Amino acid sequence: MLRSLLIDADKCTGCVQCELACSFENEGLFNPSKSRIRVFTFHQEGRFVPYTCTQCADAWCMQACPVDAISIDADSGAKVVHAAMCVGCKVCTIACPFGTINYNSATGKVIKCDLCGGDPACAKACPTAAIRYVDADQTGFERMRVWAGRTDAGSSATA
Amino acid sequence: MHHIVIGAGPAGVTACDTIRDLDPSARITLIGGESEPPYSRMAIPYLLVEDIDEQGTYLRKSESHYSERRIELLQEGVTGVNPQHRSVTLARGDTLVFDRLLIASGATPVKPPIPGIDSPGVHSCWTLADARAIIERAKPGVPVVLIGAGFIGCIILEALVERDVQLTVVEKADRMVPRMLDEVAGSLIKAWCEDRGVTIVTNSGVAGIEKDHGGLTVNLENGDNLPAGLVITAVGVTPNIAFLAGSGLDIDQGVLVNAHLETNQSGIFAAGDVAQARDYSTGGYSVQAIQPTAVEHGRIAASNMVSGESVVHQGSLNMNILDTLGLISASFGQWMGVEGGESSVLLDEARHRYLKLQFDGEYLIGAGCLGHTQHIGVLRGLIRGRVPLGEWKGRLMKDPTRLMEAYLGSVLGVS
Repeated sequence: MLRSLLIDADKCTGCVQCELACSFENEGLFNPSKSRIRVFTFHQEGRFVPYTCTQCADAWCMQACPVDAISIDADSGAKVVHAAMCVGCKVCTIACPFGTINYNSATGKVIKCDLCGGDPACAKACPTAAIRYVDADQTGFERMRVWAGRTDAGSSATA
Repeated sequence: MHHIVIGAGPAGVTACDTIRDLDPSARITLIGGESEPPYSRMAIPYLLVEDIDEQGTYLRKSESHYSERRIELLQEGVTGVNPQHRSVTLARGDTLVFDRLLIASGATPVKPPIPGIDSPGVHSCWTLADARAIIERAKPGVPVVLIGAGFIGCIILEALVERDVQLTVVEKADRMVPRMLDEVAGSLIKAWCEDRGVTIVTNSGVAGIEKDHGGLTVNLENGDNLPAGLVITAVGVTPNIAFLAGSGLDIDQGVLVNAHLETNQSGIFAAGDVAQARDYSTGGYSVQAIQPTAVEHGRIAASNMVSGESVVHQGSLNMNILDTLGLISASFGQWMGVEGGESSVLLDEARHRYLKLQFDGEYLIGAGCLGHTQHIGVLRGLIRGRVPLGEWKGRLMKDPTRLMEAYLGSVLGVS
């Protein structure tokens, strides 16, 4: 059974441990700006929302890549960027309607959540269980996926 | 069912893969006009700076991709299409018969009507063969004149600077990337390039190119004469439609297609840079000639080739992203705004940051940006998803950088 990140924003306290864990796991440094998961702050509402790639089935980034540098990891189901093949053209960063694949100017490549190979550091670091790694069909990403579907230029004709 | 796909670029290759995914038994023939494995023109700038080798430009990396998927790859020109006989004529004279045909023949660089344009040492930068010729000539210190500072010109610009040539860019319009970004952004990019030692001449065309002893001289309309060891032209591309003359296919700027990406001839479809298809923003039919649209067309056309009129093309969103010597710019949809619309602007000239959002009522309809690279895909999500912004409209008018919050707030109801 594929697993994916389940984010419960109501439990998030904005401590950004997830950002630190992600950037350390993937970039070897504690720099939230290099994190693939970001916590967005809603000052007026006093809320924090952690947000990262939903590993969506449409895989806009993978489809848009001109050099086949993004593929699906057979074990985790994550869409993974192969840095050696990525030329840094950034087309995926405008194709992803969620804004969750981003250019890293330090390497000249793009980065996105790859579920840490099936053991995501953000989920382990979260002290309030706002981020959990669970069976895929439990996730609250469904609503976002509905909106993603509207981004598609093709839609099935109704019979 | 025999599917023939003309054109081995992103639209054609995506279509073949999609046909195979949907129909394991179909016969698929992919015809490419160049003697290379299918490759991406978008990767050529990275080949010029030797970040990658030629294999790094290939659309599919596995050598056996096409044979494994039983896609028969022909490297051959196509000289004609006959819808009545359901046939395609190849350059070597024989014909192939199809049940479904996809025209994904792409585009060719426009050759500017300048005296001397055919001189040796004048190249476009479009094919792998062009790239090899440019690599041969663009050596450190060589004076190079790049004609055209549009999207393609700007993409090559960076590669040429990295090759340490002595570069002059000549653009007829009043600014760089005139069809992708507004005056503010175009002027900021120009200043950025000039700060990095590139000479940019705007508001001037090229009057002629002359052969000099051992080199070339580029005569500008403003009276300047520039010595050049290499001249590169990048003044735009035009759909490859010449081979369709007399075929009976409806052709305007490109091959006209309906909501199923089918031409006026049943069973014949078009996709990518050659197709004049629906634009999401305007509702009109235009040739977009961008990678994401080519792939989108290829996928949708293939579905309809296999399963009848099953997928409706709702229109593709025009968008571009450009890296000019490290200054990254992007534009989406109606970046120039619409009548009766509103815009929200943030400009920080000193830091080369610029963000302009265009609204129509409570909807985001376009955007242009400079120096913003994080989460910019959400601009596509907000525009293409036609997300009603509600109270976030007012917040974005005050602070356009809160895009991601606006998306999460509007879509997930966090607010």
